[in-house]
Amino acid sequence: MAERPLSPHLTVYRWAYTMTLSVLHRVTGVALAASLLGLVVWLVGASLGADAYAALLPLVISLPAKLLLSLAVTALIYHFCNGLRHLAWDLGWGYERADARRSAALVVALTVIGAALCIYLMFRPGAA
Amino acid sequence: MSLRTPLARALHHGTARDGVGHWWLQRVTATALAPLCIWLLLALLSLPSAGYASVTAWIAAGLHPVLLALTVLIGAWHAWLGVQVVIEDYVHGFGVKTLALVSSTLLHGLVAAAGVYAVLRIALAGGA
Repeated sequence: MAERPLSPHLTVYRWAYTMTLSVLHRVTGVALAASLLGLVVWLVGASLGADAYAALLPLVISLPAKLLLSLAVTALIYHFCNGLRHLAWDLGWGYERADARRSAALVVALTVIGAALCIYLMFRPGAA
Repeated sequence: MSLRTPLARALHHGTARDGVGHWWLQRVTATALAPLCIWLLLALLSLPSAGYASVTAWIAAGLHPVLLALTVLIGAWHAWLGVQVVIEDYVHGFGVKTLALVSSTLLHGLVAAAGVYAVLRIALAGGA
């Protein structure tokens, strides 16, 4: 194959913070594919009966598991918000540079607020 | 010299085969997943307990099996499309790339089938 530059050209452009969001969209997407595997392991465990589920439960509610789950929830909220941003672009909205930067800031703000709220609910006293 | 027209040579090679099909399905599955993800996140956060009885009762209740099966199925579909693009962009070499793409396809199929089977099994057992 000819030696030619292949997309994506990550090293060619001066870095802008909107590019960080683009990379994060892919990173969180792959992380969520792994999280879906986790969700299905949980469902299969529950389908195998009380004993199998009891054996699996430490993998769900131990502290390391909850920290991992916090990361998955954060990834989900980010990918959700930035995904809506992508869908808006696909409809032709928000393509101007100033708009893209504003929506980027909005996505980061919503992710921080949403993730903080969810993680508080997961770790509050009496949480499942 | 070939008697084939340039059009005949181009048809069924590369993008001409399915045009924007991949791109479009990524958006359609994203749109379907958006409300399902909100539902799943809120439902999981408000589960009274992560114990067996509580979890299986929730999975089997009302429309939950349908929504859960849809979330797993469309989630695996969306993840499959997304992971495919990431592999195509970052995994180089024909052999390794093909192996990664085929493995990803089989794994996503397995996740979808196992998830739907688990949900049905719990739902048809009446949540116990």
